[in-house]
Amino acid sequence: MRTKVIACIDDSQYAQAICDYAAWCAKQMHAPLSLLHVLGKVAHPSNANLSGTIGLGSQEALLEELAGLDERRNKIALQQGKAMLQAARERVNRHGITEIESRQRHGGLLDTLKDLEEETRMLVVGKRGADTASAHGHIGSHLEGIIRTMNCPVLIAQQSFTIPSQVMLAFDGSATAFKCVDMIATSPLLQGIPCHLVMAGNDTPDNQAALAKAQATLKAAGFNTHAALVAGDAEKTLADYQQQQSIDLLIMGAYGHSRIRHFIVGSTTTAMIRRTRVSLLVLR
Amino acid sequence: MMNHLRQHWLSNIRGDVLAGSVVALALIPEAIAFSIIAGVDPKVGLYASFCIAFVTAFTGGRPAMISAATGAMALLMVTLVKDHGLQYLLAASVLCGVFQIIAGIFKLGGLMRFVSRSVVTGFVNALAILIFLAQLPEITGANATVTVYILLGAGLGIIYLFPYITRAVPSPLVCIVSLTIIAIYFGIDVRTVGDMGELPDSLPIFLIPDIPLNFETLTIIFPYSITMAAVGLLESMMTATILDDLTDTPSNKNRECVGQGTANIASGFLGGMAGCAMIGQSVINVKSGGRTRLSTLIAGVFLLILVVFLGDWVAQIPMAALVAVMIMVSIGTFSWSSVVALRSHPKSSSIVMLSTVAVVVVTHNLALGVLLGVLLSALFFARKVGDILYIGSSLDESGQHRTYQVVGQVFFTSAEQFIEGFNFKEAMDKVTIDLHRAHFWDITAISSLDKVVLKFRRDGTNVELTGLNEASATLVDRFAVHDKPEAIDQLMGH
Repeated sequence: MRTKVIACIDDSQYAQAICDYAAWCAKQMHAPLSLLHVLGKVAHPSNANLSGTIGLGSQEALLEELAGLDERRNKIALQQGKAMLQAARERVNRHGITEIESRQRHGGLLDTLKDLEEETRMLVVGKRGADTASAHGHIGSHLEGIIRTMNCPVLIAQQSFTIPSQVMLAFDGSATAFKCVDMIATSPLLQGIPCHLVMAGNDTPDNQAALAKAQATLKAAGFNTHAALVAGDAEKTLADYQQQQSIDLLIMGAYGHSRIRHFIVGSTTTAMIRRTRVSLLVLR
Repeated sequence: MMNHLRQHWLSNIRGDVLAGSVVALALIPEAIAFSIIAGVDPKVGLYASFCIAFVTAFTGGRPAMISAATGAMALLMVTLVKDHGLQYLLAASVLCGVFQIIAGIFKLGGLMRFVSRSVVTGFVNALAILIFLAQLPEITGANATVTVYILLGAGLGIIYLFPYITRAVPSPLVCIVSLTIIAIYFGIDVRTVGDMGELPDSLPIFLIPDIPLNFETLTIIFPYSITMAAVGLLESMMTATILDDLTDTPSNKNRECVGQGTANIASGFLGGMAGCAMIGQSVINVKSGGRTRLSTLIAGVFLLILVVFLGDWVAQIPMAALVAVMIMVSIGTFSWSSVVALRSHPKSSSIVMLSTVAVVVVTHNLALGVLLGVLLSALFFARKVGDILYIGSSLDESGQHRTYQVVGQVFFTSAEQFIEGFNFKEAMDKVTIDLHRAHFWDITAISSLDKVVLKFRRDGTNVELTGLNEASATLVDRFAVHDKPEAIDQLMGH
């Protein structure tokens, strides 16, 4: 049953914002909250034993040595993870949520999330992880994989949290975009928040019609909407609009174009994720 | 895809390059030595090692495993090369590769579960003994000169004592380089690698083996190919398991089978012999810091570069230096802990291990040894389980009705014991045989039950069977308890 809001906790500067966003989502959607910390495999050890010989009982000795190294490293990682989860728990508690589940898992982040996919209603991750924390303009190495494989909405948190006062949906008239509109209309997450429907494209009757239809759907669900059709390149116009209107949360569908186009031209989704200065909710 | 590339190739560049180089340096003497064992030019073993390492880097299922020309495979080729020559060997390598790919496609890697630890240990020990024995012709007979022994002693000394000075340079390399320099400088007259045959002077070229393509050729190479395929896969699966434990990462055994097959086909077409994974070198690879496929690739490429461009120097390496390296490998491969464990392990395991070793050393055929070992393990297991049978009986007050309780496993091994558990001499009106705590595993068990019932009937006794349904639930071929927790209690109760 897709019920839980899962927040991915790690050591980075995004952890606090992730907790706050996850708490806000859980409260809005009346969903249970689950904190997840994944202990990835540590990078390969640097063993300077290049003697190139094997003596008596080499294999057993080597196994013992490697296992011992792994054991020491992972014991520390386990404790650090527990401390992170405890801190996250306390922060979420302050938002008034009491029903919190926290989990630690071994393995890769993507594999773990895939295993948990059936119970995930919403995923909250940071734009970057602890490893790439200082690399501005870059996105975390796992992010693209997560968005591609997970079939649930993914909230990509920026470093600071604010309750969104205005949200913006990047609309392109495609089937995915209409699905996003339906999802926003039916979900309790964004109720009561003014929604801007922005489409980057030329002023054609088709585009106008699509925009009008989407606006009608949202109005029917009780949303206060603005529609705007802006000419120009998608990334730039959406970014400009966001800045002008002080949008707090961006919403978009993911990877609408084919993989081949992504490979050659580059993906709009990835570019948006990279450029955006505010948190981004990616819907599938 | 980028992530995959990064994880499997680029995540440990420094460690892999260093480890690959260390391995390549040790691979050169091994490839040469194994070619000599097989009776072909060193060129064949060296091309084979390059090819197999290169191809398995891309197609194999176990990153960081080193595959090249090996002693296990070389020993199987001796008669083929002697009787029919190199071209038939190349054809046999290609056919061996085909069999290995078929094994991978049909997921025969799972058959490894029937090979017990004792057999695996026996295999490894036998291999070490055979590698050692293969070095003896170089240091006995006409070669038993003082110079050879001095060089050998010096070589072994350098190999084992140099790591105490520094661990940053592989000691086999130091051994070979220093002994070569000494031999050249002092003009010592010993056998060198160049005396054993041709070395590669160019990069390998594609050639189709020069054999008549008819049924007769197939009958000649078929038995060799199938044995080589079996031995190659056995050693590769075992090495893969060892590396899984060392690196704490899983591997795809069936993909490895296909990878080995592809590599052997490529090797056959490039003038190399068949090979498989090497336990010793893979352990050295992991020990030196290699973790990804890049280490295997570097090992193969580095080997080829060294040999093709430094061929003249390689030809001057004294055989004594190679023998020293090979003795190091054989000592490292032998499982010394198994000798110590002979005292504490059950006799049946020890017998399995020792008989595997004995058969391999006598026949020089690792597949035969493993077959015998598997057979013996199975027989010992059947005997042990056959002892889990108990037949108790009780007489009721009238003295005319006896109830037998059968508890345990009834199958071909314990069928005789089952029949002997009933007292046919007693004259009874009625006999009840309670079977609900017994398990019948095959037709022999059922037929022995029929025999018992018949005997009682012929004696005029009424026989009643109870619990036959539960007992014969295990007759079915694919009886498994892992999805039926309640069945476990019934199975284990005796």
